[in-house]
Amino acid sequence: MKFRRLIFANLFRKKIRLILTVGSFAIALVLFTFLAVVKSAFNRGIDIAGADRLIVIDRVGLMNLMPISYADKIAAIPGVKAVTHDHWFGGVYQDEKNFFPQFVIDVENHRKVYPEFKVPDDQWNNFVKDRQGAIAGARLAERFHWKVGDRIPIKTTLYGGAVWEFNLDGIYHTDKPDGDMGQFWLQWKYFDENVPSVIKSTAGWYILKLDSPDDAVRVAKAIDEKFANSSHETKTETESAFAASFAKQFGNIEFLILTIGSVVFFTLLLVTGNTMAISVRERISELGVLKAIGFTDRSVLFLVLSESLVIAFFGGVLGLLLAWAAIPGISAALTGLLPPLLLSKPMLLLGLVFALFVGGASGLLPGIGAMRMRVVSALRRV
Amino acid sequence: MVRVDGNGGSQSLIRVRGLNKTYSRGGEKIQVLQGLNLDVDKGDFVAFMGPSGSGKTTLLNLLGGLDVPSAGSITVAGDEITHMSGSKLTQWRARHVGFIFQMYNLIPVLTAYQNVELPLLLTKLSGSERRKHVETALAVVGLADRMHHYPRQLSGGQEQRVTIARAIVSDPTFLLCDEPTGDLDRKSADEIMALIEELVAKYGKTVLMVTHDPVVAARAHTTLHLEKGVLVEGKASSRQSVLAGGAA
Repeated sequence: MKFRRLIFANLFRKKIRLILTVGSFAIALVLFTFLAVVKSAFNRGIDIAGADRLIVIDRVGLMNLMPISYADKIAAIPGVKAVTHDHWFGGVYQDEKNFFPQFVIDVENHRKVYPEFKVPDDQWNNFVKDRQGAIAGARLAERFHWKVGDRIPIKTTLYGGAVWEFNLDGIYHTDKPDGDMGQFWLQWKYFDENVPSVIKSTAGWYILKLDSPDDAVRVAKAIDEKFANSSHETKTETESAFAASFAKQFGNIEFLILTIGSVVFFTLLLVTGNTMAISVRERISELGVLKAIGFTDRSVLFLVLSESLVIAFFGGVLGLLLAWAAIPGISAALTGLLPPLLLSKPMLLLGLVFALFVGGASGLLPGIGAMRMRVVSALRRV
Repeated sequence: MVRVDGNGGSQSLIRVRGLNKTYSRGGEKIQVLQGLNLDVDKGDFVAFMGPSGSGKTTLLNLLGGLDVPSAGSITVAGDEITHMSGSKLTQWRARHVGFIFQMYNLIPVLTAYQNVELPLLLTKLSGSERRKHVETALAVVGLADRMHHYPRQLSGGQEQRVTIARAIVSDPTFLLCDEPTGDLDRKSADEIMALIEELVAKYGKTVLMVTHDPVVAARAHTTLHLEKGVLVEGKASSRQSVLAGGAA
């Protein structure tokens, strides 16, 4: 590229200004990326939800438990392939800050409904035979350095504060790229034997797999009608709708992120736009000379835009590198408060596109000004 | 031969006919050039003199395609530039005009070499071809050993030499000099004028120069005075003559 030297020479003309502008870009990109990963973390449940799965909860709310007898009734509805149930255990490991989701699962049907969670057969069989058995997600096991055979004490916050001990019989993985590998599963039978009588023979919610996703509306309606006017009316929705409403419990995250993101975007646009405008104003006569010796209006626009894009590129890359380095630490620090924060390749790419878009947009007005500038007027500014 | 009577032949390198330039300032129309005629042949060295505001720089801007006249025509090497579109005029300037400014107007963040190379970036020349041209131009102006210096590391005279090298590197049809020695001491001014004379004598360049300095103007073959928007005869050197006001 013949103009490379001219572009870089102009950029390095005021080094402090360049560093500050690139720095602004980098900081803004760290913030942008952080917002993107937080949004992604909240939406992960929605994104990975199975299209052929429905969730049945008590119409009053998730905290109201339903009779375990509902399982067979739901399974009898045409279009339902398999039914399983979960309970929220709500415990912590060693310390309050070591919070992670623990589900009380129905070992007989869980794998039929969640085929994406992979557990080696020998580990699964040991788990089924072991009343105090547990299975942990690979990421969770990695976080606490657990290995199969470890004894894991979990202090429940819901059932009188008792410490329950489990044997880690297996580790599950998932074949979905953003799959949740942070869960801890324990057996419903063991749970049912040890909880207060008011909790016994209940399920927190039911998950059912459909023969076909096309049956979702009909089956959901059939289930809710079946339990209408009972002591535990139900609310059935798709897994993604359930995940979305679950995420909304934390507030309107989407709106919050959009608002902060917009502020970041416009601030960055103004900072870079101002920098480019000053940079162009400072060298009007030089641009006039370039035009005099034959640089076309488009070449001048190209030069200004290129400078702006180069700032954006380097600021963006620096910001993304910083985010890439910082997000695992932030994620670890926020464990329990937020789902795991994962910076994926598409997000990095999106960040770079965002940076280049802001760079292009901020260089556009000063560039057009330089493009339209009359040579004679520019030369008079010597 | 330089003529200002409008009777020059079609073989003139630069042919100006009935050139008018009017500016509006605060609602008032100011006519700077009024029906100006000029014929300049290849290899001529013409100095334009005149009081401030007489339209010297305006004339130079019009001849260089930097501005458009209110009326009249300018033809250079057969191309009538007065009706060219903006982008075509820019391309024409790149091919035909070398500019030498009073304040040098070098890009301060580029070395002498990179400044001289600028006009060649617009051509299809390869990197090695560009290097050859730039080194030749810098050698012609006597700055081959300073090519990697930045403008701030050069004296005023040397900066103006770099400007001259930039003006000649693409071998333009003619050179336009706007007060080329206006910012220099006498010694440097003499050196610059000697260089411009050399470009005319040795390389056959056509040079049109605006100056306030009669000593500098005396170095040109022909001096024309701009008075009330028209050119009038100044001095004719021994090699050229000025035919003015129908004195053919």
